[in-house]
Amino acid sequence: MKRYSAFAIAREALRNHTGWERAWRAAEPRKQYDVIIVGAGGHGLATAYYLGKNFGITNVAILEKGWLGGGNTGRNTTIIRSNYLQDPSAAIYEKARSLYETLSQDLNYNVMFSPRGVIMLAQTQHEVRGYLRTAEANALQGVKTRFISPKRVKDLVPIINLDGPRYPVLGGLWQERGGTARHDAVAWGYARACSDMGMDIIQKCEVTGIRQKDGKVMGVDTSRGPIDCRKLGIVVAGHSGVLAEMAGFRLPIESVALQALVSEPIKPCMDVVVMANTVHGYMSQSDKGEMVIGGGADGYNNYTQRGSFHHIEETVRALVETFPMISRLKMLRQWGGIVDMTGDRSPILSRTPLEGCFINCGWGTGGFKAIPGSGWGMAELMARGHSPLTDAFSLDRFREGRFIDESVAAGVAH
Amino acid sequence: MLILTCPYCGVAADETELACGGEAHLTRHGPGSSDDAFHGYLFSRKNPRGLHVERWRHVQGCGKWFHAARDTVTLQVFGTYPAQSHEPPEDIVRAIRRRHPEWTWKGAA
Ligand SMILES: Cc1cc2nc3c(=O)[nH]c(=O)nc-3n(C[C@H](O)[C@H](O)[C@H](O)COP(=O)(O)OP(=O)(O)OC[C@H]3O[C@@H](n4cnc5c(N)ncnc54)[C@H](O)[C@@H]3O)c2cc1C
Ligand SMILES: [Zn+2]
Repeated sequence: MKRYSAFAIAREALRNHTGWERAWRAAEPRKQYDVIIVGAGGHGLATAYYLGKNFGITNVAILEKGWLGGGNTGRNTTIIRSNYLQDPSAAIYEKARSLYETLSQDLNYNVMFSPRGVIMLAQTQHEVRGYLRTAEANALQGVKTRFISPKRVKDLVPIINLDGPRYPVLGGLWQERGGTARHDAVAWGYARACSDMGMDIIQKCEVTGIRQKDGKVMGVDTSRGPIDCRKLGIVVAGHSGVLAEMAGFRLPIESVALQALVSEPIKPCMDVVVMANTVHGYMSQSDKGEMVIGGGADGYNNYTQRGSFHHIEETVRALVETFPMISRLKMLRQWGGIVDMTGDRSPILSRTPLEGCFINCGWGTGGFKAIPGSGWGMAELMARGHSPLTDAFSLDRFREGRFIDESVAAGVAH
Repeated sequence: MLILTCPYCGVAADETELACGGEAHLTRHGPGSSDDAFHGYLFSRKNPRGLHVERWRHVQGCGKWFHAARDTVTLQVFGTYPAQSHEPPEDIVRAIRRRHPEWTWKGAA
């Protein structure tokens, strides 16, 4: 692989950009691999990358039914934060956030990590108490967050309306090193690095069945024929239930559509991410100037990648109250992704009832921020059988009542 | 906007008037059942890509629970029926089969 560098740009500028290589090979499926990962989203690609990088396992195929990064990884609003309440969450999300800090250097691919800071607004007394508690928990977990005053919120976000009619801003939970990154670049950067290690990324290859013998995984059936493997990692977000059905077990997961939208580009007006969980909306400004907006998920199972219109209405209404100046903005695009929701709003990284088959899912509305940490832990889980980052997130926590309850702490989709 | 007709009051209600209660016809395992069965009842879900039989409540209307058969990909609704039933009625099964010939009612989970 030719490395990207300032020198490479100069070199290519002098020869009409004829020397750029393809970022990853278009591989043909082979008969057999040590490890097959189903799903070339961020989590699947990161799992493959750390299998190679941390454990030297490179006889790996990543199978993707559509195109790489075309699932939720390419549809999310890219908020990165690690200010969760429970210890296992703080550990894996902070691992991910800290890996994001140096991911561009590590992958030699600019993922545009922008630690611009994230504020979660407190707009009820209940939220104030909740975030004060989270700030204390974060201090113990080694995650740097702080509860800030309304005045400080206004300093950070001049366009905000502090004393809205229904929900005045009473403060906020501030994570200075949270922020955003370029979602496609995260998928592309990992893909390029995986391909460089000799792994096969096979797009337009849908897994249609999981072959097993004596309770052990043997391989998969795909739209491009059967492929054998020793270990299988299912990393398909909203489609986890479909793959689990093929493998012969059920998951504590419901799939619903979550939407986002962006406005026309405007001059820079907000250089932090603001989340308003009580009124249900959040917003940041992209490097292109578009206001990136997200809100609530549909209230019923669906695989439409579209979402209900009234949710957009609710989100926009809430944000216009919080940021009156956006009331005249035109919206450019709206889209949806299918998110995999667990009851405790925490992910599942686990062995499964089928030996040799592992699953990484349940990231729901908030897994982009977790991609590097999740891949790190999942790779260790698949290589060694367990990982300190993932042990608490096993499937049997539901049976055993060990919930990692983040639903109260998160409250909103992001 | 998803629209379901409440089988009790006959109102064709927008989804904003309704609340979804998830997978229908689950067997309510409780004290005395095995750990597996209890775990299954509490947490494990079909979550199908396709035909879903589910519970809804007409919260902003008559307040009653009912059942609906719906496709989770196309959002096509095959019919709604009262909560006091253990399986989808004949006419709804027929409507489903017209669209999904391979579909069979697998019984309560
Ligand atoms: C609108 C929206 C906004 C969001 N905002 C944020 C945010 O601000 N911050 C944040 O942290 N998170 C956010 N998220 C959540 C985040 O996007 C997801 O948690 C994360 O991207 C999941 O990554 P993944 O790799 O698990 O799944 P995906 O990226 O969905 O990848 C799974 C892949 O599996 C493939 N697949 C499925 N079935 C098969 C099959 N049978 N065979 C082969 N391949 C298959 C799919 O095509 C897909 O490419 C948001 C999500 C949405 C939808
Ligand atoms: Zn009614």
